[in-house]
Amino acid sequence: MTAQPTTERPGAASGPAQPLLEIKDLEITFTTSTGPVQGVRKADLEVYPGETVAIVGESGSGKSTTAMSIAHLLPKNGTVTGGQILFEGRDITHVSERQIRTLRGDQLGLVPQDPMSNLNPMWKVGSQLTEALAANGIAKGSAAKRRSVELLEEAGLSDAERRARQYPHEYSGGMKQRALIAMGLAARPKLLVADEPTSALDVTVQQQILDHLDGLTQELGVAVLLITHDLGLAAERAQHLVVMYKGQVVESGPALELLQNPQHPYTQRLIAAAPSLASRRMESAREAAPAHPRPHRVSEPLVTVTEREADTAAPADPTPSGEQDGHGPEFGYGPVNPEAAIQVQNLTKVFPLRGAVPWKTTPFTAVDDVSFELARGTTTAIVGESGSGKSTVAQMVLRLLSPTQGRVLIDAKDVTEYRGADLKALRRRVQPIFQNPYGTLDPMYSIYRTIEEPLRLHGIGDAKSREAKVRDLLDKVALPADMMRRFPNELSGGQRQRIAIARALALDPEIVVCDEAVSALDVLVQDQVLHLLNDLQAELGLSYLFITHDLAVVRQIADNTLVMEQGKVVEQGTTDQVFQDPQQDYTKRLLAAIPGGSIQLAGAEILDVEAPEGPGVEAEAVHPEQVHGDDDPGERFQRPDPV
Amino acid sequence: MRSDTRPALRPRAEHWVAPLEETPLREVDAADSSTTPRSLWAEAWHNLRRNPVFLISAVLILFVLFVAAFPQLFTDQDPRYGNLAQARQDPSAEHPFGTTVQGYDILSRTVWGARTSVTIGFLAMIGTTLIGMVMGSLAGYLGGWVDEVISRITDIFFALPLVLGAIVIATRLGSMTMPIVVLVICLFGWTNIARIMRGAVLSTKTQDYVMASTALGASSTTNLLRHVIPNAIAPVIVTATVNLGVFIVAEATLSFLGVGLPSTSVSWGGDISAARSALRTQPMMLFYPSMALAITVLSFIMLGDAVRDALDPKARKR
Amino acid sequence: MIWYIGRRLLQMIPVFLGATLLVYGMTFLTGGNPIDTLAGDKPISPAVRTQLEAQFNLDRPFIVQWLLYLKGVLTFDFGVGFNGRPIIDQIAAAFPATAKLAIIAVVVETIFGVAAGVLAGLRKGTVIDTTLLMLSLLVIAVPTFVIGFVVQFFLGVRLDLITINVGRDPSWINLLPPGIVLGAVSFAYVLRLTRTSVAETMTADHVRTATAKGLSRGGVVSKHILRNSLIPVVTFIGADLGMLMGGAIVTENIFNIPGIGTLLFDSIRDNEAPMVVTLVTLLVIVFLVSNLIVDLLYAALDPRIRYAK
Repeated sequence: MTAQPTTERPGAASGPAQPLLEIKDLEITFTTSTGPVQGVRKADLEVYPGETVAIVGESGSGKSTTAMSIAHLLPKNGTVTGGQILFEGRDITHVSERQIRTLRGDQLGLVPQDPMSNLNPMWKVGSQLTEALAANGIAKGSAAKRRSVELLEEAGLSDAERRARQYPHEYSGGMKQRALIAMGLAARPKLLVADEPTSALDVTVQQQILDHLDGLTQELGVAVLLITHDLGLAAERAQHLVVMYKGQVVESGPALELLQNPQHPYTQRLIAAAPSLASRRMESAREAAPAHPRPHRVSEPLVTVTEREADTAAPADPTPSGEQDGHGPEFGYGPVNPEAAIQVQNLTKVFPLRGAVPWKTTPFTAVDDVSFELARGTTTAIVGESGSGKSTVAQMVLRLLSPTQGRVLIDAKDVTEYRGADLKALRRRVQPIFQNPYGTLDPMYSIYRTIEEPLRLHGIGDAKSREAKVRDLLDKVALPADMMRRFPNELSGGQRQRIAIARALALDPEIVVCDEAVSALDVLVQDQVLHLLNDLQAELGLSYLFITHDLAVVRQIADNTLVMEQGKVVEQGTTDQVFQDPQQDYTKRLLAAIPGGSIQLAGAEILDVEAPEGPGVEAEAVHPEQVHGDDDPGERFQRPDPV
Repeated sequence: MRSDTRPALRPRAEHWVAPLEETPLREVDAADSSTTPRSLWAEAWHNLRRNPVFLISAVLILFVLFVAAFPQLFTDQDPRYGNLAQARQDPSAEHPFGTTVQGYDILSRTVWGARTSVTIGFLAMIGTTLIGMVMGSLAGYLGGWVDEVISRITDIFFALPLVLGAIVIATRLGSMTMPIVVLVICLFGWTNIARIMRGAVLSTKTQDYVMASTALGASSTTNLLRHVIPNAIAPVIVTATVNLGVFIVAEATLSFLGVGLPSTSVSWGGDISAARSALRTQPMMLFYPSMALAITVLSFIMLGDAVRDALDPKARKR
Repeated sequence: MIWYIGRRLLQMIPVFLGATLLVYGMTFLTGGNPIDTLAGDKPISPAVRTQLEAQFNLDRPFIVQWLLYLKGVLTFDFGVGFNGRPIIDQIAAAFPATAKLAIIAVVVETIFGVAAGVLAGLRKGTVIDTTLLMLSLLVIAVPTFVIGFVVQFFLGVRLDLITINVGRDPSWINLLPPGIVLGAVSFAYVLRLTRTSVAETMTADHVRTATAKGLSRGGVVSKHILRNSLIPVVTFIGADLGMLMGGAIVTENIFNIPGIGTLLFDSIRDNEAPMVVTLVTLLVIVFLVSNLIVDLLYAALDPRIRYAK
């Protein structure tokens, strides 16, 4: 360690002298088939009793590895090869399994990341809690059962008595996370490691759970080591931040101090890229000419003929459903706008859900009378939590799903009924980019073949011209041409997503539907891809329909925003309008839930949104957005191939 | 914000920065051009080559194939010529393994038996794999009533084990020839491939890249042939390899029971059956064909194991 | 769960009908008189012939023949064979031996297979694991009849420890070696399946969570690994009954056990088609029923189905 800006808070009461947890010079190595890999190098951090320390980093930063190593919970191929871990002054780095077991549970607690896979599906939730109590000698038998119910209640689960007797698959995601929190705190540990405890959950649920966790840990005096990739969340919830990059700690300090005065270039990059901290729509470096202006204000005059403000006029009136005058097939559809890239009118999708009785199906309305327009050359975002129906809307626009009612107009023509050659021709104009970069490319295809496929499918050009086109596309997405010969398994998530973009652009579409296209990417990579998308829009005049759950990203990229809840559009308007002057309670709640949105940064705007009063709505129900095809339970029980 | 409202919990709130030389920044998401491009198959092959189980099985298989292809190199005796006067002899110069109850030369029977077993095994494997793949992919891809019908058919044939089915056919026909044995195995042995294929297709067809392909304008058939099947065949390959071994055992079992190839044709199973009466006096009569059978089958099953490990997605760490 | 069971039962019906039709059809669907075709050169007395023609309803259309035959099987009215003897008597006489044999085999395969598999799975990559894996490979590769002969030879002929010709009315002790031989291949499959299942479950997230709670190693294994990984094994054991049926023929043959397998074998050799068809049909029915039971067991064990919404 070299000299650094040490800041001492003047007049602050000094806390206890002894840190609860001290990690010094930690080094963790993994043995892989390609040789040893260092996951963590020279990591230092301290946690004092009762405080919350957040480790922030992208994937591969070593944050989870560091946290897991404390209680010796590393996977089999990981070992601590250097440094020390001191708990309450005692070196626990290499203690035996038996000794660390005495610490687990009642001294060191864990709230793991993925609520879906961290509860044993075969056991009742209550018994998994009593197990924790019994293992730490706190209670046994019926006393333990009673205590479990109390703990579940404490974690915020309503009707805890009944819930304790249920199985994990009967819980929603948020409920499972609460159960995991209850388990982590059951034995009243001194230090709780919370590994991305809410990243799999909706934003509003996330806020509730984290608030609750904050309250609990304060009350119990538990120190929390919070692992997260979200800088805004970390700053909001922790007193002290530790930033990790590629296995090393690059900066650490008080939360606010770090955000306002970051010293290390990586921290600076993170802050600049973190969507929840940014506030303005990005301007592209390659911003072209006024040929593609973006309508920010309703009153802004037209610059070219290709822009029409028809859609921006209507959003001033924030009625929940469509702004057109017709609102149902019986009244006919609204007026057709030939200048809009996409016009969606009264789109509805109802899925038949198989109920308890096999032949009776209950209709589930995933999308309910949604109407909006996407103006050419602009980006419209559809925002919503899980179950909002936003992805279903995207699928219908892409003609991967047929609507139950309503229509989709592209270039003023109803494409809902297109089939055959028409449909194929339509494909050249509307292309998707999907969420999961690891599933979006065929692993058997080389990159060249992947990008070339659309050209071949539509019989465009010959081998030579196609290769030239592929090169050009790779160049557009800022990837080297020699990548053509590689395969998806050799690329990172961000690179794969860029290939997906290249593939989407191969047919020179006018409209690109991004369905959570950046949600699975690391912050800096996400930033890079968003910039790329922005540049491409400016260069090629693309219109984007951007589906996301992340309101903060919307702020950066969208001209217009639609907020959806449970299948309905609850608010729409320009992005600025929606963010600065939200009309609906739900929108306000969403905005208030953005992690870190309330942090004041020098030079950045403060999002000062009052969360509305009233009971919180927890997205408890399971919302199947795509429930088609038969889901035969018999499938699960295929005779396994024993050999 | 928490840091504003809570009292300081640290003695000194220190802001620490790592020196830049120790923590250099790299370009975000840079493309790595240093390694050679490798497809999944190439990577699987790379893993396979280093697996000792694979190497052993490969050597054994090549040996067996060689024997099956060129039996004349290993023996000059006619396996069908039995001289009763020379029956039940111990190993000698003329008959290195001895002779059987009917006077056949054991060595030549063992050597020529390889051809029978390997031929039947391969043909049956190809037949069952083709049938199974077609049934499985149609059921998995098309779903709905097609799936129901095909699955019931699969269940029906699955309910009739290979040996029992062969017994019924043999009872009906009276005698079997090699093509019929192959056909019988194909008729009753395709069900596990069909099930596996169906499962693999079911999980592959929901992948995003298939959806992307549809969005690009590919037809349903194109998707099936170009995206779904290539990604679904990995488990099928493993099972087919193991099946080869299983079918060789099946043929031997059938011949042993007398419902396979007639005793005149050269089959390890038949030889083992014929050697029963001499178990006490000349156990080697049983030993050689059994050994040959065991080695052949073992090598294919080992190969199947090695291929499965090589294709295991969890083993690919990138 | 009710609907899961109902659905399985519903699916079972066409399979049952189809399988029995298949067996029956393969045997009796011929041009000309099936009795002649099937009997071959075998001499059949005219009285028996008339009886058989009535028994198989040869004057009725084929489908009716089959349905009537099915009805007969389900009511245990099996009729007579070519040799004129009532089939049911022979089956009843042969059944106990095979039943005992099968029980021994299932017990061996389950207990030892699971135990070995758990051991191998927990200690994956170690010497123990590799040894057990090699052992299982060997057992699968070497055909049952070879194993049978080897056991018979070494333990019976050379060391004289066991009875090689079991003979009439076998006792449990006498059936132990053949039972183990019969269960050997299944044992190997169970071992491998358990091993894979356990090894996979060990890396599951919920196992790490259980460890993090402070549970002892034994607690984690018994409560979180075993319960979760044994379900696929249960399914397999049920489905395995089919393999046991085929193996029983061979094992009984080698050890001279007068059970169903030998009865089948002899009937094949003697061209007794009615007996063959009946036995195979019965075996198929046993197989289907055991599969159904296993499916139900699966549903009972996995709370996701038991309490499905």
